[in-house]
Amino acid sequence: MSNRVAITGIGIISSIGMDLEENLNSLKNSRHGISKIEHIDTKLKDKILVGEIKKTNQELESILKLPQKNSWSRTSMIGAIAALEAINNAGIDVKDDADIGFINATTVGGMDMTERYFYDFIDNPENRRYIQSHDAGNNTHNICDYIGLNGFVTTISTACSSAANAIMLGARMISSGRLDKVIVGGTDALSKFTMNGFNTLMILSDTYNTPFDEKRKGLNLGEGAAYLVLESEQSYKKRSKQPIAYVSGYANANDAFHQTASSENGEGAFLAMKKAFEVAELSPKDIDYINVHGTATPNNDLSEGRAIINIYESSDKVPEFSSTKPFTGHTLAAAASIEAVFSIFALREGLIFPNLNFKNKMKEFDLTPVTELEYKEVNTILSNSFGFGGNCSSLIFTKSH
Amino acid sequence: MGELKTELKNKIITSLNLEDISVEDINDNDNLFGEGLGLDSIDALELIVMLDKDYGIKLTDPKEGKKIFESIETMAKFIEENRTK
Amino acid sequence: MENCYINGIGCISAQRSFEKDYLIEPIVYSEENILKVVKPNYKDYISPAAVRRMSSGVKNGIVASTMAINDAQIESPGAIITGTGMGCMQDSEKFLNNLINHDEEYLTPTSFIQSTHNTVGGQVALGLKCKAYNFTYVNTGVSFESALLDGLMQVENQGGQNILVGGIDELADHTSKLYKLIEHTKSDDDVPYDIVNKRTKGSISGEGAAFFVLDKEKTANSYCKLADVKFVNNLEASNLETFVTDFLASNDLIASDLDAILLGNNGDIEFDSYYDQSELLFGGAAILYYKHLFGEFMTSSSIAVSLGSDILRIQSIPGALFKNEVSHPKGEIKNLLIYNQYRGKDHSLILLKNV
Repeated sequence: MSNRVAITGIGIISSIGMDLEENLNSLKNSRHGISKIEHIDTKLKDKILVGEIKKTNQELESILKLPQKNSWSRTSMIGAIAALEAINNAGIDVKDDADIGFINATTVGGMDMTERYFYDFIDNPENRRYIQSHDAGNNTHNICDYIGLNGFVTTISTACSSAANAIMLGARMISSGRLDKVIVGGTDALSKFTMNGFNTLMILSDTYNTPFDEKRKGLNLGEGAAYLVLESEQSYKKRSKQPIAYVSGYANANDAFHQTASSENGEGAFLAMKKAFEVAELSPKDIDYINVHGTATPNNDLSEGRAIINIYESSDKVPEFSSTKPFTGHTLAAAASIEAVFSIFALREGLIFPNLNFKNKMKEFDLTPVTELEYKEVNTILSNSFGFGGNCSSLIFTKSH
Repeated sequence: MGELKTELKNKIITSLNLEDISVEDINDNDNLFGEGLGLDSIDALELIVMLDKDYGIKLTDPKEGKKIFESIETMAKFIEENRTK
Repeated sequence: MENCYINGIGCISAQRSFEKDYLIEPIVYSEENILKVVKPNYKDYISPAAVRRMSSGVKNGIVASTMAINDAQIESPGAIITGTGMGCMQDSEKFLNNLINHDEEYLTPTSFIQSTHNTVGGQVALGLKCKAYNFTYVNTGVSFESALLDGLMQVENQGGQNILVGGIDELADHTSKLYKLIEHTKSDDDVPYDIVNKRTKGSISGEGAAFFVLDKEKTANSYCKLADVKFVNNLEASNLETFVTDFLASNDLIASDLDAILLGNNGDIEFDSYYDQSELLFGGAAILYYKHLFGEFMTSSSIAVSLGSDILRIQSIPGALFKNEVSHPKGEIKNLLIYNQYRGKDHSLILLKNV
């Protein structure tokens, strides 16, 4: 258990809730957040469904009390909301802390603003303050400046595995003694760029996403942010804070097969899961529940399914699993941290959340996800996140007793 | 249909950025994918967009592309039969 | 804890950095505020089938990483870790252009796929069929330092072998225009540019790719030891001294132990004062600059590490890096410090040592 790192705070915002309580309630009541997009005017409006946070940018600015002329992207705003909740949840004060860090993850960054004003910037000085908010790091800086954090700050961008990698780096920074506390996670807002980009790959569904279903048609994009506060044993004991869960295992591997598609047998996924077990000093049979990446694309679910079966050596040894993306949509760089928060709910509440919309198992193998909310003691969870560029990450969370 | 075939060869070269290839290098019946010209699944998606943009043919399932894009010959035949532009 | 050596380097930049002794006769840029790379022969490194989709950043990244791997004489890296400030802007612009111009119709996937920040890391892995750990950092001025620290940790704490670390950024037309508009890039009217001696708003923009192979074992090709990396998002000018002295102290050094300092001066009147202040701390060391030759970009400190490594290996400093007077240190160049910041944020220190 030497690599185990304590989680002492969590925060979240997604299409199923503005905070921890709302998200948990939605999960318990099978209340998904998938709908038609409202806050972006796009030709894809009637063709796709998304997991949208039903707040306009003005409403988000209000919540954060930002000045009217600010240079915040939507990505930064939802990130700040979730980060604040995580800090409060952990009961920490970041302002004068010398040994604290922030590791963010994003793919969209400020693109949601850049795409609005891209040409307009040239002739119209009005919105030029958004030029500098394009890059990922700027979004992270905004969040850190807002919460008053000065210290080790960085951002990871590896497509859909980004937040898992942020959590992983955070765990290593704590384990190696480089930091006492670190806030880790990710944020991504919906944007025309990503909606259209994924549409060109023909992997978006025009209906509710159905992971691991034979008739799955593709993914629903989503937006959201979630952060965990990781803390060293010395630090949380000093302030008598009980961890809410642990990051016990983590690993990243590369499929090295194709830029966007996963290899048939999900080799990268297999390697990531295998290594995560080694880091956790656990074996597959110790897992009570797998929160799968499960995007409902034909490619991901097939290769992930195969990889999981290879880990377990046969489909009947695979533990209970589900994808929570039918609730939130695929939140890209935030996915792994949102799903980390859901995993922590599962550990704390003794719950397994359903894989909504599932009807028919895939013909290629015998895997059926959990389809109804289940009350059950959960002690160890495996969470997968796989991204473009063959980037495969797996995390293992364990219960705090 | 000869004109269409040459047109297709030119379009493939420009839209897929095949700098070192000329129209003469592509034979009508050569495999476009895999061993032949070496195109891949991302190129297939580009060609699907070309079918829509230049010939008004919308493919909803990317897997349909496999048969259509086998060679210049099969592409030209399919376009002749289905074009709306 | 293991030592960490830099055993291979590959660098593509606005200088002929893929040639030996390229700074003996550097390219002097006084009329340009946008410095593009001197291109290597891409076809020597990348197949036509692959190169056709790649933006310059991806191409430069692949060439630089291949050069580093060949330089270190290794087969395959134990990890691939990249840093990029702006990511793949050329493809982002291409996709955006089409998105806006065609009002979301007839969009093609290639430029979207190529625009993701981890494209370089992903392409390098694909080319080498490397299934190892693969991370991409995108945090403005410390994107490269983040990758470098990760690599250092892999070697020091986990005995990592042949860890490939790189920094890449590419120029893109529309973005360059926008950065001139907001004075992040110097005005066209500020010619001639002399960023070491003359300060105006903004910097001269550059691009490049520099890759390094890190390993716990010293080899015949080792350039130097990578001793430490530290960075912080914000730093008050009044805390700069403590930031530097604490960093040195944790490496059992004091300021006077330093033999050479590579500073990130970029001629920006708003922020170069940080470097002036730092110079006061370094009594006898050779104070060196590089952005007049390579330009400013979010991962330009990767060029500094390449320069610092060369200096330590050959124990000589090219005259072109001195401000006005060439004042070569007497005796061994043992400890070399690189200090950088980006528009007042992302202050970083990198310590290299002679082996």
